[in-house]
Amino acid sequence: MDMNQYLDVFVEESKEHLQNLNNSLLELEKEPNNITVLNEIFRVAHTLKGMAGTMGFSHMTNLTHNMENVLDALRSKRVEADMTVVDTLFKCLDALEGYVNEIISTGGEGEQEYEEIIQSLTDILEKSPAVKSQTQKKKKNKKADDKNIDQKDKDLRLNLNIYDKNVILKAIEESLNVFQIHVELDKKCLLKSARAFLIFQILDKYSEIMKSEPSVEDIEDERFDYSFTVMVVTKHDESLFQKELNSVAEVRNVEVVRITEKHAGNIQDEDNEQYLHDDEPDTADVDSAAQAQKSGIAKRLTNKTVRVDIDRLDVLMNLVSELIIIKTRLDDVGVGEKTNEYIAALENLERITTSLHDAVMKVRMVPVENVFNRFPRMVRDISKELKKDIVLHMSGEETELDRTVIDEIGEPLIHIIRNSADHGIEKTKDRIAKGKSKTGSIWLRAYQDGNNVVIEVEDDGMGIDIEKVRKKIVERGFEEEEIAANMTPNEVIEYLFKPNFSTADMVTDLSGRGVGLDVVQTKIEALGGTIELETEWGKGSKTIIRLPLTLAIIQALLVMVGPEKYAIPLSSIREINNISPSEIKNVRNQEVILLRDMVIPIIWLHDILDVPREKNTAKKELTCVIVKKGDKLSGLIVDSLIGQQEIVIKSLGKLLAGIRCIAGATILGDGNVALIIDVNAIV
Amino acid sequence: MGTERKQFVVFRLDNEEYGADINKVTIIERTMNITRVPMTPPYIKGVINLRGDVIPVMSLRLRLGLDEIDEDENTRIIIFNINGISFGAIVDSVSEVLQFDDSQIEGVGTIISDKALDYISGVAKAQDKLVTLINLEKLIAELIPA
Repeated sequence: MDMNQYLDVFVEESKEHLQNLNNSLLELEKEPNNITVLNEIFRVAHTLKGMAGTMGFSHMTNLTHNMENVLDALRSKRVEADMTVVDTLFKCLDALEGYVNEIISTGGEGEQEYEEIIQSLTDILEKSPAVKSQTQKKKKNKKADDKNIDQKDKDLRLNLNIYDKNVILKAIEESLNVFQIHVELDKKCLLKSARAFLIFQILDKYSEIMKSEPSVEDIEDERFDYSFTVMVVTKHDESLFQKELNSVAEVRNVEVVRITEKHAGNIQDEDNEQYLHDDEPDTADVDSAAQAQKSGIAKRLTNKTVRVDIDRLDVLMNLVSELIIIKTRLDDVGVGEKTNEYIAALENLERITTSLHDAVMKVRMVPVENVFNRFPRMVRDISKELKKDIVLHMSGEETELDRTVIDEIGEPLIHIIRNSADHGIEKTKDRIAKGKSKTGSIWLRAYQDGNNVVIEVEDDGMGIDIEKVRKKIVERGFEEEEIAANMTPNEVIEYLFKPNFSTADMVTDLSGRGVGLDVVQTKIEALGGTIELETEWGKGSKTIIRLPLTLAIIQALLVMVGPEKYAIPLSSIREINNISPSEIKNVRNQEVILLRDMVIPIIWLHDILDVPREKNTAKKELTCVIVKKGDKLSGLIVDSLIGQQEIVIKSLGKLLAGIRCIAGATILGDGNVALIIDVNAIV
Repeated sequence: MGTERKQFVVFRLDNEEYGADINKVTIIERTMNITRVPMTPPYIKGVINLRGDVIPVMSLRLRLGLDEIDEDENTRIIIFNINGISFGAIVDSVSEVLQFDDSQIEGVGTIISDKALDYISGVAKAQDKLVTLINLEKLIAELIPA
């Protein structure tokens, strides 16, 4: 059968389950005795096992199977969920992720068997003293069982009804033998149903199978644990079945019990509930696992979702963009001869396109949880590795961002959080010496702020020593000593984002802060976002990332620079001022204006865009668009304003990629192209 | 029968005729508004709106080291697509589509000694004229980041 068509579904669902497993394991670490969490972990392992089995990934099935054994021991309190156990389970999770990744890239699970992990799983089971006594007890029980067989009135495993009773009595009448045969398969058995099938074939050969628990269908579908019980009518005797069945590989135990008239006589109309033996956790597991599976299905049903290929969403978004362009065009075309009816229709169209745009955008929105959920594990690992006590507090995981942003934001965040954990948070003994709480905290917050989503990473570690950075700025020859000495802390911090500023020796000098921050900044700015760093020496640092809600359609201000039209994203505009040329002062070769006691540097867009400035500079007024990048304000001089418009961002394509100061292009209502100013790059 | 026949869009620059592989031509457009893009090589004239797509346009005259002329009613923009990258090239006029088989095409030899040599993949001989075949990949090679 061609399994490829299921591969995507398998991968998608496995990822979900693994994520779930990750969360549950983290919870288990906190509360080792939480039975709900254990059940959830068991359910996930079980589901994964089933899925892997169906797809024929035998290594994966084997691993999950071994996990299940340990998890089962945990649930029945035979094993304590101590550090070793949780660590091993985390290793299992990594191994499973390894399998899934292998499956994604090659379509097969690979050859890796992770024998070490399986060994440690087995070790956990064997080392646990509880288990030993349990097995001993079991042995004793078995002896007792053997005796019981002789006594012949041993309780039967099978749940017999009136119909069975008649069959039994009739068989005995015809002097045939009726046996209850209980077969236990080896726990290492991989293809249970195939084994069971072999056993049924043998049974069929020598007898007639009257009843099976679990049912034959369930056994075929592997919906049983490692044992099953059948009732057979035969003319052969017990020893033959013992011999034949024990010769089948991977059969651990065969128990043949003769069913007598006395047994039949005990059958009442009401079902005998006692068939569930107390010392048989296996059977119980089947039930709970099945139940868990059922509830899983129920959950999925209540949550009606459809998986959609991201490409299709992109197509939809493009179409919406086209529609918005046409709408703008209609708006322009009708100038001069607009009837009321035309205006009303146009307004209606506008309302619909805006709602459509919102709706499509919402479809593309994904909660930041999808990125955040890998961090608890990461922080846990780092804190173990560095032997520091670190707790990660997360909030606002439900905040939504455009899918494309989500995909890109992970790497920078990993970088920042790792920095906080690695270099920000002090060693435990240093923290105690400083009178701080023993446990270091990292806060990861997300929230929406107008048209932006803000993500903050804050730690209560040692912060950054501004004076050291200041010294570094001079040492590295970025600035003269006296200039550096006069810089504000914020100006000093900005150097941490400069490429080449952070070098290897910074790691020791400045506890590594700043390493690769330029890379992080580049990434964030490529997404149209901004990044800021606040720090207090000895108290901690806070990194603030602001990201646009969407990348595709934004509000922009259209301006004229010379004869050309340009768009400036509204999100980076603070205000618009008319200034007179005389207000522009020169400070350190930089033109600035004074606005409400703030010194704001002036940038002529003409210079940046290679547009000749108007000769007639004796103009009485200049239009100055004040833009912000983080906390920093700058004034952009333009010739005139056209107005605010919703624009669709188009890429300039591969050939013109990487032009500094241009973030893209947009198509205006008249069909012409206008370039979008990249405020972050020019400020 | 055995020889492979290829079709070329033939266009004019100055007094010479050039040919471009028709498989790489998306469409031929009349001139339209071109938005200048700052900080690009001089031969890049800017970008146009081609039915909703923003596409860069170059002056083929400048690219091949010829002088620029004013556009007239014969001026055309040929839109090429090379390995998924779309761009336009401004030419003086587009004349026809010609079919050449391999025997009619000669490699670059002694005929041309220009600096434009780089952008030429061969010369095709028709009954009464010579058509210079353009190496389209070369035209944009330096714009594509490695």
